[in-house]
Amino acid sequence: MTVADQGLVIDPMHQFQIVPLFGGDTLTWYTPTNQTLWLGIAVAVISLLMIVGSSSKAVIPGRTQSISELLYTFIHNMVEEVTGHEGAKFFPYLMVLFTFIVTSNLLGLIPGAFAPTSHIAVTAVLALMVFLTVTLVGFYNKGIGFLGMFWVSSAPLALRPILALIEIISYFVRPLSHSIRLGGNIMAGHAVMKVFAGFAGVMGIASIVPIAAIAAIYGLELLVAVVQAYVFTILTCVYLRDAVGEAHH
Amino acid sequence: MSGDLAQFALMGKYIGAGLATMGLGGAGIGVGTIAGNFLSGALRNPSAAPGQMANLFVGIAFAEALGIFSFLIALLLMFAV
Repeated sequence: MTVADQGLVIDPMHQFQIVPLFGGDTLTWYTPTNQTLWLGIAVAVISLLMIVGSSSKAVIPGRTQSISELLYTFIHNMVEEVTGHEGAKFFPYLMVLFTFIVTSNLLGLIPGAFAPTSHIAVTAVLALMVFLTVTLVGFYNKGIGFLGMFWVSSAPLALRPILALIEIISYFVRPLSHSIRLGGNIMAGHAVMKVFAGFAGVMGIASIVPIAAIAAIYGLELLVAVVQAYVFTILTCVYLRDAVGEAHH
Repeated sequence: MSGDLAQFALMGKYIGAGLATMGLGGAGIGVGTIAGNFLSGALRNPSAAPGQMANLFVGIAFAEALGIFSFLIALLLMFAV
């Protein structure tokens, strides 16, 4: 076995393996796994932040209260700005989406931790819920007129059937792109760091270069974790705007 | 010689996965165009820039989605085919 073989046995996908928490190797739907653990930690962290942050109600907020108030006003402004006044009643849903995604992304960046949002299974459920919500709210608010968003009335008549086809395809591709964007970004970031860690194992004294690269990528991943949560939430706002607001076509 | 055939299929799988990642270059071009145009617009009229941050991120997300699809094809070839 050569040196390169020894160092590069690091499997970048190994960190995404789902293992049962309490030993054994049978996975059923109720088995507590590392996925369950880190989902639970994310929920606990959010609950703690919000409960502690809103308990003191000081006029001059402390650190925890500042964080929770900033988070609240940031999402509230975003929802009002993008979906308008009508969409503001979906604020609790979007607040939960953003805080949950950003917390699981950031917790996943702790070395040795597990990132639940790197799994398409988790992000697909989130995206399918958004898709179902948008479709149901759209039909509830506009009735059969919701289908009008596929019939672009500002386009020339001859083009409209083709545009309708494209609009329908893009509508049904939404949950796919919505979930793959979040899951793919988080997974790719973690895998890249692991690949660089594999380089560091074989380069001897020169491994300072991949280690510096890991530090830089880690900084980038902190940014990506927040931006992807923001993008997921704002796209949900954009989709909800179609469902609750006036038809803008 | 079914062993050779399996090796050949494996080679095709890896080459296909590598080719599929080229689609991410298109996403890079798209995201770069959006961010560059946003910056040039923001430097011309800095007071209007903060109000367009949401549009910037939505545009980047839509451009990125199509690159992510090719990443998905690469993943499917590597782990699902």
